[in-house]
Amino acid sequence: MPIKILMPALSPTMETGNLTKWNVKVGDAVKSGMVLAEIETDKATMEVEAVDEGVVAKLVVAEGTADVPVNAVIAVLAEEGEDVAAAAAAADGAAPATSKAEAPEVEEKAQPAEAPKAEAPKQEAPKAESSRSGEGDRVFASPLARRVAKEKGLDLKSVKGSGPKGRIILRDVEGAEATPKAAAPAPLASAPAAAPAPKPAGASDEVTLKLFDPESYELIPHDGMRKTIARRLTESKQTVPHFYVTVDVEIDALLALRKDINDAAPTIDGKPTYKVSVNDMVIKAYALALKAVPDAHVSWTDGGMLKHRHADVGVAVSIPGGLITPIVRKADEKSLSTISNEVKDLAKRAKDRKLKPEEYQGGTTSVSNLGMFGVKDFAAVINPPHATILAVGAGEQRAVVKNGQLAVATVMSVTLSTDHRAVDGALGAELLKAFKGFIEKPMSMLV
Amino acid sequence: MSQYDILIIGSGPGGYVAAIRAAQLGLKVGVVERAHVGGICPNWGCIPAKALLRSAEIFHYIEHAADYGIKAEKPGVDIPAIVKRSRGIAQQMSQGVGFLLKKNKVDLIWGEATIAAPGKVKVKAIDGAPKGWLPAGDFEAKHIIVATGARPRVLPGLEPDKKLVWTYFESMVPEALPKRLLVVGSGAIGIEFASFYRALGSEVTVVEVMSQVMPVEDHEIADLAKKRFEKAGMKILLEAKVASLKKGANEVTATVELKDGSKQEIVADRVISAVGVVGNVENLGLEGLGVKIERGTIVTDGLGRTNVPGIYAIGDVAGPPMLAHKAEHEGTLCVEAIAGLHPHPMDKLQIPGCTYCHPQVASVGLTEKKAKEAGYELKIGRFPFIGNGKAVALGEPEGLVKTIFDAKTGRLLGAHLVGAEVTEMIQGFVVAMQLETTEEELMHTVFPHPTVSETMHESVLAAYGRAIHI
Repeated sequence: MPIKILMPALSPTMETGNLTKWNVKVGDAVKSGMVLAEIETDKATMEVEAVDEGVVAKLVVAEGTADVPVNAVIAVLAEEGEDVAAAAAAADGAAPATSKAEAPEVEEKAQPAEAPKAEAPKQEAPKAESSRSGEGDRVFASPLARRVAKEKGLDLKSVKGSGPKGRIILRDVEGAEATPKAAAPAPLASAPAAAPAPKPAGASDEVTLKLFDPESYELIPHDGMRKTIARRLTESKQTVPHFYVTVDVEIDALLALRKDINDAAPTIDGKPTYKVSVNDMVIKAYALALKAVPDAHVSWTDGGMLKHRHADVGVAVSIPGGLITPIVRKADEKSLSTISNEVKDLAKRAKDRKLKPEEYQGGTTSVSNLGMFGVKDFAAVINPPHATILAVGAGEQRAVVKNGQLAVATVMSVTLSTDHRAVDGALGAELLKAFKGFIEKPMSMLV
Repeated sequence: MSQYDILIIGSGPGGYVAAIRAAQLGLKVGVVERAHVGGICPNWGCIPAKALLRSAEIFHYIEHAADYGIKAEKPGVDIPAIVKRSRGIAQQMSQGVGFLLKKNKVDLIWGEATIAAPGKVKVKAIDGAPKGWLPAGDFEAKHIIVATGARPRVLPGLEPDKKLVWTYFESMVPEALPKRLLVVGSGAIGIEFASFYRALGSEVTVVEVMSQVMPVEDHEIADLAKKRFEKAGMKILLEAKVASLKKGANEVTATVELKDGSKQEIVADRVISAVGVVGNVENLGLEGLGVKIERGTIVTDGLGRTNVPGIYAIGDVAGPPMLAHKAEHEGTLCVEAIAGLHPHPMDKLQIPGCTYCHPQVASVGLTEKKAKEAGYELKIGRFPFIGNGKAVALGEPEGLVKTIFDAKTGRLLGAHLVGAEVTEMIQGFVVAMQLETTEEELMHTVFPHPTVSETMHESVLAAYGRAIHI
């Protein structure tokens, strides 16, 4: 029997992946543990290892193919003693090959084409009450919620239930807005697919392209990361009510302490074992501030407020083609040198796209620092389910007034974006106050 | 010094249920009590009062035995025996609570508690510790739940003296039947005692400051109940208040000011002051900790949290409605939230209320007046007991089930019942509300025949013009 190699699910949320590279070719003998291919998911590049032994009979999916669904056959192995050609032929019937040239087309059309098909039976369902969708996924909702939803023209599938075991109850539909019946797949269905980036209303690709002479541009297909950034940040700005608070912090004491700390670093082979950056200190101060103002250390869910116990701080790292936020777990409990070395390691592997999903998924908040570009002040977009993100500007010498006298101080502006559903303005201000306290009295971070 | 996850002050329905729920969730729990194991409800409230009312009910049946074709000798009332039965039941229930707490490995601490600081409770020794309880001392707990309940409200000029002016404590253990009784206040406590004493033969006058008896109930239900009380021989003065009270050796003369400003003197052997209850918020150290208290009760969110982290309040002390089942549910929610289970805060509109006067009254949700004030367009169903075979067979043809629906959505906004057995029926509507049924599911529900509960079904049908038996 030929052995089929399937597209693996490399993270719990992965639906598709891009097959970026084959490390084997037809005829190669494969041993268990051997790296067969490299797969690019939405944020990372990962290796596919062989589980079975055999000889590569056929590479079903060509190198460079995008959006290969999880569990699709990507290659066929012939077992020991099996005829390679026969195994390849046997596999042909099962899975048609996708060539590299076709890939962009598949990417554009595959998802939208499937979705309406899945939707069709629902629209024909009697009374469109969506209790019986024909797909077996029953929507649990109270009779009253059903009736109110029906009157509002609300598709219950688009509503998140807050009752026991996710049952949709009156309060869930009372505040919800009507969903147009002809709408594309409801969020539940479209979220995992997620392939087409959400388009701003009215500006379809066609309309946009028509504005430009075909000779005047080059169309570069989006990679997984670009699509994820587009989807997540659109979702954030559309669903999270952002609120911004800015504060100036003086960092002269912090810079002095940083120098002391780095001067005291032990050396191995003449190289210091750590070099703490201002950003490392910002991460630590922010983590401690979140612990000091626990009401601001939360995530919004419709069912209730998640109050986090550990400050897991995501650090936005700009990498070619996008950005990613690896997470410093329990930053409040870690020393500055530990944080510093961890961030260096995470940033390096982020640039190589070698982070494991658990290293960039989750987290309770993020820090984004554009100070190195000389940016004075900016506001960052929250990365749900976080309720906050701290945008850090450049530390620069500014004229300040102290005790009625003009003086020079190194000042850094930071802007906190908060999810107003979870963190109100005053609470955000309180968090920044705590942050400012740690930054301006940096020794307090060490005790 | 013992360290608890949760320390609960007060072992009433709120406190002991919270303790048992916490123990079920694997938390280390202690309960402090200073007087009655199980609190007022089993000792001096709900339960012994029901025992008394049952005696009154039996007496009522025997007095009317001839209506049912039964010959009975002239029945008599043995007050000490009635009280003895009631106290026996109270004791049994109180011991039961102690047993349940021990079974769930809850530490029981006897004494008077004050919260020294968040996380720290000082318990002062007092006499009367039941066997097996821990002695007083200092205790630490991550979470402290105040469940100290409430006590009778005292009106100036109507101060209880244990002899002539009673609270529910003295009313529960009369030595003899007062010939003439004045009841001030017609809420659940007042009207139940009025019913009890009237049934046994006292001349009862009820003075109520509001324009209806049982002021929280729907006016239509209250008016029907009032007619029945008056038919039973009770005197009821509405929009009236006791202006002054003159005490004699063994009787009192009350001057009652009526609606029109005129005054009426009422001579009574005993007065029951039932003008409400107030939360036990004092001497707990709450003021020093800055715990927010409004109108005599502790301010909490829907999950028992006060404004001070680590300090919670449930039950009567956390505000109205001051009902045992509200306290129990609040206790459960509070503990589950502490344990991180994310319960939903309680919807106070779905707390039923039951009054065991004769006839019984039970209700849940909005009254007609409140529903109108809230801006709903209403569909109202009424079904009288006279149209129900079982009620007539029982000899209880006087009663009414009133259901109030939101005309737009079919949401059941309120249900109000008066008549025999209604306190055992109301939960049908409570379940319906909790599950958010509309009139349609209630109509589709098969109610068993012959039962009084069929009146509930008919009332729903009546709201939509479909009642069968009327």
